[in-house]
Amino acid sequence: MSEPVTSPVLDVRGLCVEFPGRHGTVAALSDVSLSIRPGEILGVVGESGAGKSMTGLAVQGLLEPPGRISGGEVWLSGRRIDQLSDKDMQSVRGRQIGAIFQDPLTSLNPLFTVGAQLVETIRLHLKLSKQGAKDRAIHLLKEVGIPAPEARFDHYPHQFSGGMRQRVVIALALAAEPKLIIADEPTTALDVSIQAQITSLLRRLCDDHGTSVMLVTHDMGVIAETADRVAVMYAGRLVEIGPVEEVLRNARHPYTRGLMGSIPALGRRVERLNQIDGSMPRLNAIPRGCAFNPRCPEAGRRCREDRPEPTPVGHGVSACWLNAGGVL
Amino acid sequence: MSDALTVNDLTCNFDVSAPWLNRVLERKPRQFVRAVDDISFTVPMGGCLSLVGESGCGKSTVARLVTGLYRASEGEVRFAPGRSGEPLSAQMIFQDPFASLNPRWRVKNIIAEPLRELKLRNSDAEVMERVGELLRIVGLAPSDGSKFPHEFSGGQRQRISIARALAGEPEFLVCDEPTSALDVSVQAQILNLMRKLQDEMGLTYLFISHDMSVVRHMSDRIAVMYLGRIVEEADTETLFANPRHPYTRLLLETIPDIAEPKRHRSITASEVPSPLNPPSGCTFHPRCPLADGRCKSERPAMRNFADGSRAACHRVEEAAVATAKAIQAA
Ligand SMILES: Nc1ncnc2c1ncn2[C@@H]1O[C@H](COP(=O)(O)OP(=O)(O)OP(=O)(O)O)[C@@H](O)[C@H]1O
Ligand SMILES: Nc1ncnc2c1ncn2[C@@H]1O[C@H](COP(=O)(O)OP(=O)(O)OP(=O)(O)O)[C@@H](O)[C@H]1O
Ligand code: SF4
Ligand SMILES: [Mg+2]
Ligand SMILES: [Mg+2]
Repeated sequence: MSEPVTSPVLDVRGLCVEFPGRHGTVAALSDVSLSIRPGEILGVVGESGAGKSMTGLAVQGLLEPPGRISGGEVWLSGRRIDQLSDKDMQSVRGRQIGAIFQDPLTSLNPLFTVGAQLVETIRLHLKLSKQGAKDRAIHLLKEVGIPAPEARFDHYPHQFSGGMRQRVVIALALAAEPKLIIADEPTTALDVSIQAQITSLLRRLCDDHGTSVMLVTHDMGVIAETADRVAVMYAGRLVEIGPVEEVLRNARHPYTRGLMGSIPALGRRVERLNQIDGSMPRLNAIPRGCAFNPRCPEAGRRCREDRPEPTPVGHGVSACWLNAGGVL
Repeated sequence: MSDALTVNDLTCNFDVSAPWLNRVLERKPRQFVRAVDDISFTVPMGGCLSLVGESGCGKSTVARLVTGLYRASEGEVRFAPGRSGEPLSAQMIFQDPFASLNPRWRVKNIIAEPLRELKLRNSDAEVMERVGELLRIVGLAPSDGSKFPHEFSGGQRQRISIARALAGEPEFLVCDEPTSALDVSVQAQILNLMRKLQDEMGLTYLFISHDMSVVRHMSDRIAVMYLGRIVEEADTETLFANPRHPYTRLLLETIPDIAEPKRHRSITASEVPSPLNPPSGCTFHPRCPLADGRCKSERPAMRNFADGSRAACHRVEEAAVATAKAIQAA
């Protein structure tokens, strides 16, 4: 590589995850490789069930048993973390990796006020006095756009609206100033103005503190506005990864192009939205060859037989025979 | 067309005071949130009304009041008689699909519950057949029924709760962000399905979403909420073409556009006031570019317009001029 080498904050190499089950083992992730540089936002998109959350969970060592990493490596700032003990991993989470989970309730305890939970997290990881931690907590609530943060400090999670709870979870993830933030659908329940505030907050953290973000979302608008690069997943595999303008404007993979086509256009109302016909295969029935071939308008013989490897195209990578010698 | 749902002067206050002892020791006053403040609207039979507005403005609270999950402090919610002659029964799709699915039940039993409860099928075999059908409708497989909710991804769980809501064959569906956890392609499938059910079965919707393009696709009419009040209501195309209230204009301006991603967006969300201590007069006045002295002191009344829309703003005429200018400039 001739580019100036800034070693990535997160480097995932050939990650495989499997779930042994009653009817045999299913591969939830298969050969996923991606990296995020300091100060970079990597967007992760793909249909529901594609493996986006799973990738985030595997990186943090949070797979639900019997799920397990069956191959590949995860490196965080030059240190391999996929083989750490539970105890070591626990200190990596929170301090070095801040997590925003798709389900805001998993991160919040209904029995404690939001303020108490923030203060506890802050004091666990940063050396601050009680008052210092409280000040920081209120500052964080303000940054994520909670009105009247001093009063809200004493409220319980159920007294917040859906979008406000989601923002509290974001504040919790930022509490310990982590190097890497894994944000799983952080803005789904938020209206556009708050969304813009959260995404610009993430952007600011990246620009000012060199924080890296893995931003999982299905909202292409958010991706277009915030991500530097974007990774597209399908059926547990990575199908395309590249700079955001290239992927949005000039997608190389037919699946990515289909995704772009199903976005409801603001300007006009149509009787029926475009949809990619069919649905993503179940994990136990992933077709031979390219996993997308039964739904792909361009599929040829080779697509039904051989699995396309991720191949460099333009400034990115795409796993499609169209970019690797044709579909035959 | 007759109205399926009529809501009159609905208000809902929440007591969010600290516990009694803390209040006494720390001399804190009692605190209330007026989550819904004197709102009225109707939803015509077979129609779709959407509620839009910023996070925390009271949309979910309205949904929960309508479905009877919260008790109103004041006002009434009235459903028209449905096919059976009884008042329409409303089903709800919740904003949070995680909290609304029982983690200890298999998915097939979660979906079968309304079928069994309402005795919509005679035998267990018929119930299970219908469950399989519903799973397919929302893009899952019948074999998924034997799994538990935690074995599904976020969007898959949301689809399970949609299947469950459809199982009860409701005539009125309250959808609180039904597609917010879904990617665009599954979202398109679900929205197409919901439109189809509306056409074929005359389903009526109260729809909540923060995604304006989804709202535009689904609704006949839109009510815009701000801090617990409805500030404007209009037919969908009228609202997009000719927003009357300054807040509606702001809302429409902030929609992200993939065609033009990094375009300047004027809103500053940090100014969103708190419902714990709402501003006087028109609650929008601290953020409103047109606000004058009257806006600070006097709550604007709802005004009806010839095109069937209504808005609560002292300065709608000025706002109309501003809109016309903006359209010309564009
Ligand atoms: N605990 C589990 N046991 C078995 N399979 C699971 C488990 N958790 C997730 N899966 C499966 O793994 C696949 C990937 O799930 P994942 O949660 O990563 O999807 P996702 O891309 O985040 O989708 P969404 O956008 O819907 O959240 C799904 O098909 C899901 O059914
Ligand atoms: N059970 C409750 N107890 C106390 N306060 C509540 C309760 N439920 C809602 N609130 C308050 O009422 C207001 C409106 O909340 P609501 O959930 O209706 O908002 P929303 O418009 O649905 O927002 P979002 O888009 O974030 O879901 C908020 O200020 C919230 O804190
Ligand atoms: S009443 Fe005044 S403050 Fe309120 S929206 Fe209209 S112009 Fe703005
Ligand atoms: Mg997910
Ligand atoms: Mg809500």
